[in-house]
Amino acid sequence: MVVLNEKQLQEICKDMRADILRMTERAGSGHPGGSLSAVELMAVLYFNVLNHKPQEPGWSERDRFILSKGHACPVLYSAMSRSGYFPVEELLTLRQLDSRLQGHPNMKALPGLECSSGSLGQGLSISNGLAIAAKIDKKNYRVYCLMGDGELQEGQVWEAAMTAAHYKLDNVCAIVDYNNLQIDGKVEDVKNIAPLKEKWQSFNWHVIEIDGHDLIQIFQAYEEAKGVKKKPTVIIARTIKGKGVSFMENVAGWHGKAPNKKELEAALKEIYG
Amino acid sequence: MESMATRDAYGKALVELGKLNKNVVVLDADLSKSTKTEKFAKEFPDRFFNMGIAEQNLIGCAAGFATSGKIPFASSFAVFATGRAYDQIRNSIGYPHLNVKIAASHAGLTVGEDGGSHQMIEDIALMRAVPGMTVIVPADGEEAKQAIFAAAEYEGPVYIRLGRPKVPMIFDSNYKFIIGKAAVIKEGTDVSLMATGIMVSEALKAAQDLEKQGINACVVNISTIKPIDENTITQVARITGAVVTCEEHNIFGGLGSAVAEVLVENYPVPMERVGVKDTFGESGKPNQLLEKYGLTAKDIVIAAKKVISRK
Repeated sequence: MVVLNEKQLQEICKDMRADILRMTERAGSGHPGGSLSAVELMAVLYFNVLNHKPQEPGWSERDRFILSKGHACPVLYSAMSRSGYFPVEELLTLRQLDSRLQGHPNMKALPGLECSSGSLGQGLSISNGLAIAAKIDKKNYRVYCLMGDGELQEGQVWEAAMTAAHYKLDNVCAIVDYNNLQIDGKVEDVKNIAPLKEKWQSFNWHVIEIDGHDLIQIFQAYEEAKGVKKKPTVIIARTIKGKGVSFMENVAGWHGKAPNKKELEAALKEIYG
Repeated sequence: MESMATRDAYGKALVELGKLNKNVVVLDADLSKSTKTEKFAKEFPDRFFNMGIAEQNLIGCAAGFATSGKIPFASSFAVFATGRAYDQIRNSIGYPHLNVKIAASHAGLTVGEDGGSHQMIEDIALMRAVPGMTVIVPADGEEAKQAIFAAAEYEGPVYIRLGRPKVPMIFDSNYKFIIGKAAVIKEGTDVSLMATGIMVSEALKAAQDLEKQGINACVVNISTIKPIDENTITQVARITGAVVTCEEHNIFGGLGSAVAEVLVENYPVPMERVGVKDTFGESGKPNQLLEKYGLTAKDIVIAAKKVISRK
């Protein structure tokens, strides 16, 4: 496992943001908004938290990462390539015919993906299966599951939340990318999911609330979750959709729209200064 | 004649399987007494997981188990297992072609008194449409048992359709179930009765009745609906020149459709479909329902004569 310092992580985050924008620009489609909001959460996870071997994706003791909000796969592909799963150049094949980088993750196409996702609400259930299997096999791996906030409107998420608590799955750590935007507008306007902390608490989860762009808070939250026993942990991360690109920040329209060349150039200038 | 419900055979087979293979885990959705997974739960409490009344999560968890190297059997009633959780089956299991076995009981009209809401007559159509899904409908207890073992051996997603009522035992331990292989259980030259599930014993009865009327019917048990046995279906169609399909399922999308696809592409012959005529069921005793909805030996005889007249 690589461990980066804060400065190095900041640099990686810049590269990941640039990756997301370059990939989606090249593809002419994709989901930059909800990828950019999760950059710090993913960078800390892939570089400082996950116990994994990118050169050996099938290693049985590895921690599992489940991207439940499958449309944010640009950020996952970026984190995977930057941590050594595949060459960074391959990122630019996103969404193209015969690419391993499908528009939503296909675990059969790319080693290192732990599930296929895209239909929202399913990742936490898969995480539960992985976590119970770890308990049966007396393995120490942990399961991380990144969900969107809009995704929490899916009923299955709450079936899974009940299940993880019932089976005391302390090896499950869910992360909610709470950027408060979904396709049709603000989450609170489309269908309010608040009060979120209380919801998870009442489902018997340990809840940690953080600023999802603060690298230190993120790392501490993952570490705190590791120490929680007999119940699953959810990290509610307050984030900004489109984070890092001024004209994308907090604009719902950038959920599923790729930047054009000009927008990409402007965005890269902002990111690298 | 000895009889047994295919769900009972499933419950017993799971326990045997659990002893032989410790990777087998079982998930249920608060119906373990009815699906008969409770036997496994009693024997192997550490490998049984009640997911409560939450079928979507049941299927999702099964996906997670499968990627961890377990062989999960996920059970509920057919209507909930395949209907309520269709998207989860499609995206979490079918798309990545995971090694999950969905064994659903209480399929078809013979659920009986619970009525139309619970009588699943579209499950074969739904599961058949999922790319890469194997679909098995055992005809009796022996075949159900063997199908469970075969499904566990096979690597990939499998749907196994089980029933609530006792059905006559057709096969004994000399029978060998093979995934993808249809079995000619009675030879004949005038018409082929191609049946699945509980309708196999009705087809056998119909063949006896037809014999008395001088009609020599062939009976084929098509227990694997997908991948379907094109060779056997085509061979039998060549010999008899007329086909009747018999299923406790909507006539759209199930066995009748699957056989029609094979015949049209390989050897078109007149064909009739005995099945539920695109309508929902209702409360009643299983036998009353089979009679009312045209799923008895008598109905098969009528269809057989009709199809012969179309030759």
